Amino acid sequence: METEPAAARSPRARRLLARPELAAALGAAVLWIFFTIQAGEPFLSRAGTAAYLNAAAPLGILAVAVSLLMIGGEFDLSVGSIIGASGMSVMLLTTHFGWPLWPALAATVGLCLSIGYLNGIIVVRTGLPSFIVTLGMLFTVRGLTIAISRGLSGRTQLGGLDGSTGYESARFLFASSPLPPFRISVIWWIGLTVAATWALNRTRYGNWIFGSGGQAETARNLGVPVNRVKIGLFMGTAVAASLVGIIQAVQFNGADTLRGTLQEFWAITAVVIGGTLLKGGYGSAVGAALGALIFGLVRQGIVMIGVNADWFQVALGTLLIAAVLFNNQVRRLVEQRR
Amino acid sequence: MTLRPPALLWLLGLAACGSPGEQRDDVGAKDRGDTTARAETPRIVLVTHGQSADPFWSVVATGAREAGGELGIRVEYQAPGTFNMVEMSQLIEAVVASRPEGLAISIPDGDALAPAIRAAAAAGIPIVSINSGARVFRDLGLSAHIGQPERDAGFAAGRRMAEAGVTRALCVNHEVGNLALDSRCEGLEDGLREAGGSALVLAVDLADPEDAQQRVRGALAREPGIDGVLTLGPAGAVPALAAVAMLRASGGLDTPLELATFDLSMPVLEAIREGAMSFAVDQQPYLQGYLAVVLLHKAIQIGAVPDGVIRTGPAFVTGDNAAEVIRLVGRGVR
Repeated sequence: METEPAAARSPRARRLLARPELAAALGAAVLWIFFTIQAGEPFLSRAGTAAYLNAAAPLGILAVAVSLLMIGGEFDLSVGSIIGASGMSVMLLTTHFGWPLWPALAATVGLCLSIGYLNGIIVVRTGLPSFIVTLGMLFTVRGLTIAISRGLSGRTQLGGLDGSTGYESARFLFASSPLPPFRISVIWWIGLTVAATWALNRTRYGNWIFGSGGQAETARNLGVPVNRVKIGLFMGTAVAASLVGIIQAVQFNGADTLRGTLQEFWAITAVVIGGTLLKGGYGSAVGAALGALIFGLVRQGIVMIGVNADWFQVALGTLLIAAVLFNNQVRRLVEQRR
Repeated sequence: MTLRPPALLWLLGLAACGSPGEQRDDVGAKDRGDTTARAETPRIVLVTHGQSADPFWSVVATGAREAGGELGIRVEYQAPGTFNMVEMSQLIEAVVASRPEGLAISIPDGDALAPAIRAAAAAGIPIVSINSGARVFRDLGLSAHIGQPERDAGFAAGRRMAEAGVTRALCVNHEVGNLALDSRCEGLEDGLREAGGSALVLAVDLADPEDAQQRVRGALAREPGIDGVLTLGPAGAVPALAAVAMLRASGGLDTPLELATFDLSMPVLEAIREGAMSFAVDQQPYLQGYLAVVLLHKAIQIGAVPDGVIRTGPAFVTGDNAAEVIRLVGRGVR
């Protein structure tokens, strides 16, 4: 940082500093070095690396979709309960109603898509803040998941998915370890990050997302279908949540009604650490993926150095505030130099 | 240039975020810079599903820590903040990556935790299961489980109730569908049936204690001849006590009624001391933590591992020993 102000004078360094994901990248690097020093070889080993990447992957999948939505100017607090609904839907359709797994997965994704559509249509039609609409959806979906599971099966925790038809192929796609001990969810995470980054920066739809979040009125006047874009983004977060629910149901051979609790806040945390602005119009999917990586590093690193996992929330909360302060400072610096 | 100090500060802030590492001393961590060589003091980690608000698990952790202190070995305790099998299996994964010498795990959901436990076993770490997992530990390749066989505990409670003259008991189940709790009720029924009695299950939801209290009251008023109530946890015992007290006050209940519960809490112990409850089934959580560390220590040292379930319960707290147990709860060991 010695040379930062001087470097900021050159346009290339300024462009680098202006990247939304700078704080997340620096933070991840600092944490990685910290845990390497503290935990040593076990942290650097394959098992150690897999431990934090595997833990970061589900949140990463979620955070990438949430970052697109937040760049588009909206929130989604319902994703955590959609994870729970998705897992229980798969379990009830297969173990309770005896469906083969693949139709159950298709129906589950359809169900989650319609929850996302509902979120979107309510937000654009009523003009209510998405914070409120999806907060309501959080409780509604979680409550329905518990009530329906209890009503149908008398239980809130269902296992034995491996007995359903089609489990082997689903296992390969959602829960295998092509390169043990790394799970395939890490590939989903990276793949979705690349796809989202490409969509944001290289397609017309990406421009529409930035426009819908930054200057919705201007965008509308320029012919951007803002409402359609936003509904699509809500459906995107719901599908990502559904995917996480499915991955976890297949991987853990079952589900319970509390799956995904608090994930909506972890996702927002990862997205904000990744440099996306709360007011929309600015941000990055790579940043969100790095935010999820930080989540995995801290959660698993703390355990690996022998500190009680209770400290995880303290560390992540502090990191969130530090990252946002850092981003604000850098942005001010860049804008001053302009 | 004016911006440099704050920018530096934020960076320092970022670096300081790893600062919980300084807490390592609290858990007796030693510098493990060179971990390729086996540490001189073995390190044993407990991973449980215990919720942070549940005093039960503090007693388990205390038992483990005190065993570690006596044996001069490092003991760490890890648990997700809430009942969360995804998080718990991630915890196991991180713990296994850190290469402890021994591992104690509670297994409330064998399906969900099987891959993580198998991976731990494949890494060559000695493992015992504690508290939950009596039904699945063998399938997962473990040879020892430390805990209370739930059906036997229910059976013993049923017998004790029958001896006190109970002929028809209510089993107040706050988690119908949870195998461990269901088998407590089955055991109760068998224990009573042996003496010619019977039992019926009442499902309650502890998220709403008021509703639980109404349900117990309703069942006592509705079902004739109930002379015993067994709740499956301290959180269910309190509404049951209140329901009985209300019925007695309103004159709706004038026959003797034996009240008992699984597991301990301060209100339960006070009720036993005052005679409002007759007994509590105690699975002695301290022993679950303590014995796990002792067994793992020997497994590490000489490779000897017991075979089967080591029963830490059922023990019983009655009016005779309630005062003594209350004193020990204050020390965090009961």
